[in-house]
Amino acid sequence: MIPAAFEYYRPKDMAGVLSILEEHGDDARVMAGGHSLIPMMKLRMADVPHLIDLQDVGGMSDIAVTADSIRIGAMVTQHDIIDHDGLASAAPILREAALQIADPQVRYMGTVGGNVANGDPGNDMPGLMQCLDAAFTVVGAEGERDIPARDFYEAAYMTAREDEEVLTAVMIPAPQGGYAYEKQKRKIGDYATAAAAVQIVKDGGSCVSASIAMTNLSDTPIYSEDAGAALVGTSVDDAAIKAAIAAMLGDIDPTEDNRGPVAFKKHVAGVILRRAIERAWSRA
Amino acid sequence: MKDEVDSREDRVANLKGMGCSRKRVEDARFTQGKGNYVDDVKLDGMLFGDFVRSPYAHARIKSIDTEAALKVKGVLAVLTAKDLEPLGLHWMPTLAGDKQMVLADGKVLFQGQEVAFVVAEDRYAAADGIEAVEVEYEELEVIVDPFKAMESDVVLREDLVAEDGSLPDGAHGPRKHHNHIFTWEAGDKEPTEEVIANAEVVAEESMYYHRTHPCPLETCGCVASMDKVNGKLTLWGTFQAPHAIRTVVSLISGIEEHNIRVISPDIGGGFGNKVGAYPGYVCSVVASIVTGKPVKWIEDRMDNLMTTAFARDYWMKGRISATKEGKITGLHCHVTADHGGFDACADPTKFPAGFMNICTGSYDIPTAFLEVDGVYTNKAPGGVSYRCSFRVTEAVYFIERMIEVLAIELNMDAAELRRINFIKKEQFPYTAALGWEYDSGDYHTAWDKALKTVDYEGLRAEQAQRVEDFKAGKTRSLMGIGLSFFTEIVGAGPVKNCDILGLGMFDSCEIRIHPTGSAIARLGTISQGQGHATTFAQILASEIGLPADSITIEEGDTDTAPYGLGTYGSRSTPVAGAATAMAGRKIRAKAQMIAAYLLEVHDDDVEFDVDRFVVKGAPERFKTMKEIAFAAYNQAIPGIEPGLEAVSYYDPPNMTYPFGAYICVMDIDVDTGVTDIRRFYALDDCGTRINPMIIEGQVHGGLTEALAVALGQEIAYDDMGNVKTGTLMDFFLPTAWEVPNYETDYTVTPSPHHPIGAKGVGESPHVGGVPCFSNAVQDAFRAFGNRHTNMPHDHWRIWKTANELGLHD
Repeated sequence: MIPAAFEYYRPKDMAGVLSILEEHGDDARVMAGGHSLIPMMKLRMADVPHLIDLQDVGGMSDIAVTADSIRIGAMVTQHDIIDHDGLASAAPILREAALQIADPQVRYMGTVGGNVANGDPGNDMPGLMQCLDAAFTVVGAEGERDIPARDFYEAAYMTAREDEEVLTAVMIPAPQGGYAYEKQKRKIGDYATAAAAVQIVKDGGSCVSASIAMTNLSDTPIYSEDAGAALVGTSVDDAAIKAAIAAMLGDIDPTEDNRGPVAFKKHVAGVILRRAIERAWSRA
Repeated sequence: MKDEVDSREDRVANLKGMGCSRKRVEDARFTQGKGNYVDDVKLDGMLFGDFVRSPYAHARIKSIDTEAALKVKGVLAVLTAKDLEPLGLHWMPTLAGDKQMVLADGKVLFQGQEVAFVVAEDRYAAADGIEAVEVEYEELEVIVDPFKAMESDVVLREDLVAEDGSLPDGAHGPRKHHNHIFTWEAGDKEPTEEVIANAEVVAEESMYYHRTHPCPLETCGCVASMDKVNGKLTLWGTFQAPHAIRTVVSLISGIEEHNIRVISPDIGGGFGNKVGAYPGYVCSVVASIVTGKPVKWIEDRMDNLMTTAFARDYWMKGRISATKEGKITGLHCHVTADHGGFDACADPTKFPAGFMNICTGSYDIPTAFLEVDGVYTNKAPGGVSYRCSFRVTEAVYFIERMIEVLAIELNMDAAELRRINFIKKEQFPYTAALGWEYDSGDYHTAWDKALKTVDYEGLRAEQAQRVEDFKAGKTRSLMGIGLSFFTEIVGAGPVKNCDILGLGMFDSCEIRIHPTGSAIARLGTISQGQGHATTFAQILASEIGLPADSITIEEGDTDTAPYGLGTYGSRSTPVAGAATAMAGRKIRAKAQMIAAYLLEVHDDDVEFDVDRFVVKGAPERFKTMKEIAFAAYNQAIPGIEPGLEAVSYYDPPNMTYPFGAYICVMDIDVDTGVTDIRRFYALDDCGTRINPMIIEGQVHGGLTEALAVALGQEIAYDDMGNVKTGTLMDFFLPTAWEVPNYETDYTVTPSPHHPIGAKGVGESPHVGGVPCFSNAVQDAFRAFGNRHTNMPHDHWRIWKTANELGLHD
């Protein structure tokens, strides 16, 4: 568990970060909390000759909540999310999900930016951000651009962010209605066997909109548009939930691992989604 | 003097002797980060060694090119089998009578096997050096299934086949196949077959006790320092048996034993993992001799999980017979034991399957037969006793599952079936069908207390209601009631039948009383977290009448401690604890003579009273042990040598047999396989209780490791022999979050042959806990036709059970 030798950089501003990225291309990686990247480097599964620590860059640790949107800086930690009362009332699903990530020690270090940018299908925030229809702000030599979370993930560890770009913030439209983040895991600190993020808006006993995303059931997070659509216009009764589950199962593509075989994962995905929908609906 | 005014009660309390929940004296150090573990040992000029390990489970080594590695900055040497061969150290003996490659000699037999040892100025350079060593492998057919191994033409151990193709006997007799290691039998074969053939009821079951790993928090490691000037080798390491390591190092290296000093510093958990000898020890010693500098080797977590001693991996097939009323008449057990690439089990020499022949459990079973076949496969070697005496967890799991299966066969309550078959109190000492003489027990009392405490009848009624609700669609949760009654066999052991590599399994204690009435005692054992510095001082306090707080306990340095066989198999209290009491009694005998002289009476006219000798019938006339200690050194006493010291080597007359009754209540989510342990009750009878608080801590720890093993902890391999669970992401180590609240309880049935009646407790909760957790899972599904499913009961396997029983339809 000893990484290969690497150069360590700690630039004071984003221009410094970008110039190092420019110079070294995919030989350089930025690091926020380091809780995914450092283990990969120690296992020598990630070769990072040039490591850029973002701790001193500044300007990426704020949480801004307005009436219609939320902006979370990339360096905001999972702990900050849990600790922020304004965020908890504007988007309670964030706290519910963050509390299910790893353990307190990890949450003090692990950041939202790192969690969404790394592209690890096991991470919880990517699916959650797809559910919330968030957009990720990335900055590069050409300036800033926003990428919708639902378009961001291409394959495991492959995202729409270019090697020379840095993810600086997450923008979330203010969530409406009921919510739930439901996760099954083997133990504290584990990735999900299956997890579901659900946000539902109810109007007079019927569902007017529903957003559903699943975690760790494919090589990317899965936003299941059809699953959400299956609930819209219904009273979220058993038939509607079954239809949503069926739609979701058509979108995921789990693989067998130590958590279990594919049939088990699909079954649990359905159970977890049902529970998430029921809880979100009860809160809507 | 204060002593004179204190009441007897105060004087007893002041000693903090046996029976008192004295706080652990170790903890001040450990909780402040002041422990001294092997990786804390830092010596001038110390080098660091680490291994190139095989990525393949079975491969021939075509070549090893070390040239590039030697050019890496900071790398000083790369050792391969070729370098060790002239020293005769490319192979080493195992504790099981086999031999094991230190560095790959022509081939590798398991993934992670040590291929070359890179010695560098620091661990970073060593890691870079490892990357630069080029090894060319030719992959061979991999065998990870012991049953296939016994039929395969593939020869795993070519060194164990004669040139004419014949199979020389192994360490434990004839071998049936080139991948077979031994057959070991206990009991009477024909009578057992006959009883079972003619029985009214027979239950059969096959079960796999999966491979797992002790996973101590501190991994294995050592620092070897050869002083070429005085010819002395000092070896610090994570050794559960430092004296045995010294002897083994002497035997294989040729260095005289007096020139070897082995030191076990603080050890961060052992659980059996640190009993054996590993290639890292040998390579560090050789590297230190070659370079003339100290060499450190420390495993990382993956090294530890993938290559150092595993536990279990027993395929057990049982048949149990009974009358229609449930009285057990016979038991037959066959085990196919997967030992991996080398037989490196840590068992007493005459017991290649450990004490598996305790598998008749707590029951009066008149006829029994056990047969164990050891088999080579392409997995890591080991087979240690993970928090249990030798293979006792396997044995207890086997019988506690067979009882449950028999209860199903008889359509009987499993608690009642146990009760009618328990060995009765008046039958002790009881000779079991497979040979052991159980020293003492009162099983019925313990069982009744346990059942009453948890309201067993009430639980069964609740469970029946739950089944009805489930069938009516009112709930998706089932309730399991796990029962387990275990008898351990610990304290190895009597030298007449217990040795390891010819080293008798006695243990020892040496006591020196200082003139001012404090003391130091040294033992042949070594604590790895058990709290020896606390509890052994308590034994001595009660025996010699000096406060435990005035007694230093020291272990682990072979230059100072008396010879002993170390700490594992819950042997410290039964063996070294007995030696401690006996040495204490020698001190007391001499103190009595001194007291009598000082009090000017005959030796027989004084008697020991808590912390002093008093003149019989005249309690106002006494000498405290403190006064006696001073006199022992500073007063000329005719006919008595100065000083107050004693040493005792204790060869136990028998093992001790702790027992206990455990009950687990569990809710199971049928749809997700998630378990929720709502209650866990553990009654332990470990004989005389030295420190109730430490016992409770031991029970909590052992139960937690039992929960781990039963519910998810495994070393799993794929068909290519790749370890699938090499990190703590996949290897289940429970945290406080996963652990339920434990209720502990006890009865006290002292060991009749142990000087203080103590039996040992560290491993009981693991031994009894594993079947209890497993039985709870299996019991939840009994109403739906489940007989047996294999551990570990992780989410997907429980889900699979429910699925196969049609509970998802």
